[in-house]
Amino acid sequence: MKDKLVLIGNGMAGVRAIEELLKYDPDLYDITVIGEEPHPNYNRIMLSPVLAGEKKIEDIILNDLDWYEDNDITLVTGDRAVKIDRVRRCVETESGKTFDYDRLLIATGSKPFIIPVPGADLPGVIGFRDIADVDRMIDYARAHEHGSAVVIGGGLLGLEAANGLMKQGLDVTVVHIMDSLLERQLDATASAMLKQSLEERGMKFRMEAQTTEISGDGKVERVHFADGESIDTGLVVMAVGIRPNIELAQSAGLYCERGIVVSDTMQTYDPIIYSVGECVQHRGECYGLVAPLFEQAKVAANHLAQVGTSHYEGSITSTKLKVTGIDLFSAGDFHEQEGDDVLVMQDARLGIYKKLVVRDDIIKGAVLYGDTIDGTWYFSLMRDGTSIADFRQTILFGQHDLGDAGHGEAARVMSLPDDAEICGCNGVCKGDIVNAIIDKGLFTLDDVKAHTKAASSCGSCTGLVEEILASTVGEGYDAAPGVKPICACTDHSHDQVIAAIKEHELKSMDAVREFLEWKTPDGCATCRPALNYYLLANWPEEYHDDPQSRFINERAHGNIQKDGTYSVVPRMFGGLCTADQLRAIADVSDKYQVPEMKVTGGQRIDLFGVKKEDLPAMWKDLSEAGFVSGHAYGKAMRTVKTCAGKTWCRFGTQNSTGLGVKLEELTWGSWMPHKFKLAVSGCPRNCAEATIKDFGVVCVDSGYELHIGGNGGIKVRVTDLLCKVETEEEVLEYCGAFIQKYREEAHYLERTAPWVERVGLSSIKEAILDDEANRKALYERFKLSQKYAQIDPWKQRAEGGDAYEFTPLKIA
Amino acid sequence: MSNWTKIAQLEDIPRLGSRVVKTDTMDIAVFRTGDDRVFALKDECPHKKGPLSQGIVHGHKVTCPMHNWNIDLEDGCATGPDEGCTNHFPAKVENGEVFLQLPL
Ligand code: SRM
Ligand SMILES: Cc1cc2nc3c(=O)[nH]c(=O)nc-3n(C[C@H](O)[C@H](O)[C@H](O)COP(=O)(O)OP(=O)(O)OC[C@H]3O[C@@H](n4cnc5c(N)ncnc54)[C@H](O)[C@@H]3O)c2cc1C
Ligand code: SF4
Ligand code: FES
Repeated sequence: MKDKLVLIGNGMAGVRAIEELLKYDPDLYDITVIGEEPHPNYNRIMLSPVLAGEKKIEDIILNDLDWYEDNDITLVTGDRAVKIDRVRRCVETESGKTFDYDRLLIATGSKPFIIPVPGADLPGVIGFRDIADVDRMIDYARAHEHGSAVVIGGGLLGLEAANGLMKQGLDVTVVHIMDSLLERQLDATASAMLKQSLEERGMKFRMEAQTTEISGDGKVERVHFADGESIDTGLVVMAVGIRPNIELAQSAGLYCERGIVVSDTMQTYDPIIYSVGECVQHRGECYGLVAPLFEQAKVAANHLAQVGTSHYEGSITSTKLKVTGIDLFSAGDFHEQEGDDVLVMQDARLGIYKKLVVRDDIIKGAVLYGDTIDGTWYFSLMRDGTSIADFRQTILFGQHDLGDAGHGEAARVMSLPDDAEICGCNGVCKGDIVNAIIDKGLFTLDDVKAHTKAASSCGSCTGLVEEILASTVGEGYDAAPGVKPICACTDHSHDQVIAAIKEHELKSMDAVREFLEWKTPDGCATCRPALNYYLLANWPEEYHDDPQSRFINERAHGNIQKDGTYSVVPRMFGGLCTADQLRAIADVSDKYQVPEMKVTGGQRIDLFGVKKEDLPAMWKDLSEAGFVSGHAYGKAMRTVKTCAGKTWCRFGTQNSTGLGVKLEELTWGSWMPHKFKLAVSGCPRNCAEATIKDFGVVCVDSGYELHIGGNGGIKVRVTDLLCKVETEEEVLEYCGAFIQKYREEAHYLERTAPWVERVGLSSIKEAILDDEANRKALYERFKLSQKYAQIDPWKQRAEGGDAYEFTPLKIA
Repeated sequence: MSNWTKIAQLEDIPRLGSRVVKTDTMDIAVFRTGDDRVFALKDECPHKKGPLSQGIVHGHKVTCPMHNWNIDLEDGCATGPDEGCTNHFPAKVENGEVFLQLPL
């Protein structure tokens, strides 16, 4: 018989834990869920837009009744758990039912704090917590056209309530005891800007006001303040804070302080009783936002599923106000202390204010008002503790090309119309994304990618999609977690895998998966190519490449075309060619009836539309004419683009073509985390576009400028200058060392541009410029790996290698 | 109709890989999984007809090389949230030989 799991509290955190548990093992437990509210699990966050009339209740259901049924979950709604009997291991409900448990999960959330002033118990005084509260507010507004309401509390919840009531047609006054709104989320300047713009919309404020009494005859009629003044109203919403629901746990003898105290494994003092959500106190903190609660849910599920590998270590949270038309973001500690640096940008006319609190080049806190597009970026820099030293001068301007090729103003996604195209690759519009987030209850970027396909191809719109996600679900949005697993097959990040391969000398894919406890027997299309690359890069002499773990282009050594044919791009070193070579290409093209030829953007020739079966024979002919593979299909060294240079050009300062050929001879064949391109320009006019390459050389009269980390693709990035050297030998050495550092340390599918930004230019300079011995060692390791990489894959296959790949089976 | 046709030795198909069988009417992709089972699907992704034989095989699934849909090898259907199916054909291994039931 299966063990019984009972969940008390049919809310966001508890049900999320069940969902995570089902992912591990759908059959481990008989599950019962007890919920006091008469509804299935819904998205509480969205109550604000429901109140504002922007959404309906049906839109915000996260798990409908069918979901419980499909997963064989017994659901009890409209009934309260009133007793936990830890000796008999059962839960009793108000209506007298009892449920036995082997494991119990308490997720009772919290309730609004009601200030204990006289009259606080009068009908018409409510909190803002659940569907019933929202119904009451809307009913009141309908019954009292142009009536008035008072919201006590100028925090996030209070302002969202006030905004919603205003939208319902009421005259709303917000009463706040402090002198500035959202004092825990905003500094004084941003707070004043917020207040002004809410006032412009018609919201009224009574600041530094202490409520002393609520009076009325059988229902609310008036609110009184300490200064003797009062306001007439029939509705008072208390939004002054929440209190964790701990009474039930407390009465069962579980240790509680402010919340139910849990360990890093989300266990209470009774180890078979777990707890997650707002009712919990972990390492002294209680959380009131969804993102950390979902992290808790994940950890609890991991232990309930008896995997027992993950730990919850607390969360840093960020805040966003969900009032349409007001952009506000804050995170971390934004009240500066002595020794902190404060970076501020302010434009009153545009209504923009940005402030970052920085200590030792690490962001400690951020407040953004009016322009919050970079909130998620600052937040992830803060969470990851990334040094901002290299881009400190411009950081306040934002990650201005936020994941797209300079869409600039269009990046202000939330002001875009619903039919604005966000994902150019898959034709996904903003409205599609917003609807999917709401209808399907999505909280993570991965979910949105899977359901809408947005950001799932070239990825250039990832930033925009994240912004839509963040704006739609508020801070409940699950920003990229601190350590992001490679894929669903593992909990380990790229860095953790790379480190384990090195430290524990893991030399096969099976060894990696076993050591790191992979969840799937043979990985997936995301992790297998990554592991194959890491093993190859670390153990060039020993590891045998696994063709079945390579994307088809690399397995077949050509680019697969939309009709299933392949393209063939022979290498032309430095873009140079001879008449004989061109003739040979022309002959091959005739012989195999190549439908189309084209000069590529990489200074060589592409033969399109070749049948897979013809590839080995065609390669044989090319090989005999002296060509090797151009690796135009690989996460590999691609091309070295060159210009005319000193030999011909009147401005040339060095032999750029010759140096390009030498660089290509050094580097061809090398497998990389992502594609890698080089260029050599003969003078600063830079005709070879060296400053948008992964490694670019700009020749000058006195030597060679070396540039790194450029990218001309999805998101254009100009290189950083690494250094200047005097001889060609040095160019080769620095280039090899840089490549090897990238090969050893970058994440699979991370190009040099994002890699340089992630690890910082300074760290690369330290490793390559300041430490000569290290540079030479890197260069030696690169040359060693090249011994094994510079075996032309086309020639190998022309001679019969991997023949099965290119020949169909014949029916016997 | 239920005639089993021998098409290959098991070792002709790379583990976690596939081979194509060309018939008069269509290409059939024959997959070999990590646990040495074989599956046969019409070599056409339900999305935009990408050649599934060229995908990466993992578990009892293949990831289409064109736009990364995951297709279940057992029934030829896309796994959630994508939707669509391609034809699947019975396949078996006996004494190290692979047999298919080909469509007539
Ligand atoms: C053939 C070529 C276009 C041409 O006819 O000129 C080409 C073709 C493809 N490019 Fe490119 N790129 C080609 C030059 C470029 C250039 C220009 C250059 O290298 O100077 C760029 C911008 C420079 C850069 O990379 O920094 C370029 C940026 C991209 C990107 C965006 C990369 C990025 O990091 O932003 C992709 C997508 C990717 O790699 O994920 C891409 C991907 C592709 C793929 C492989 C798409 C795919 O995955 O199937 C295209 C294959 C077409 C096909 O069916 O054969 N191609 N691609 C060029 C081959 C050059 C060569 O000789 O090898
Ligand atoms: C209007 C509003 C807007 C919000 N906006 C945001 C936002 O933008 N971003 C964000 O991150 N967070 C937001 N929050 C907070 C977020 O909704 C909560 O942090 C989250 O819902 C807490 O999840 P939980 O599971 O701990 O509690 P809940 O979701 O409250 O679930 C607890 C459930 O347990 C039930 N329960 C309690 N006691 C018992 C019992 N004895 N027996 C049976 N059932 C019981 C309750 O009725 C409730 O349904 C908002 C909250 C509100 C009210
Ligand atoms: S060749 Fe490059 S730019 Fe052109 S369609 Fe293909 S990926 Fe896009
Ligand atoms: S054709 Fe297979 S995923 Fe698009």
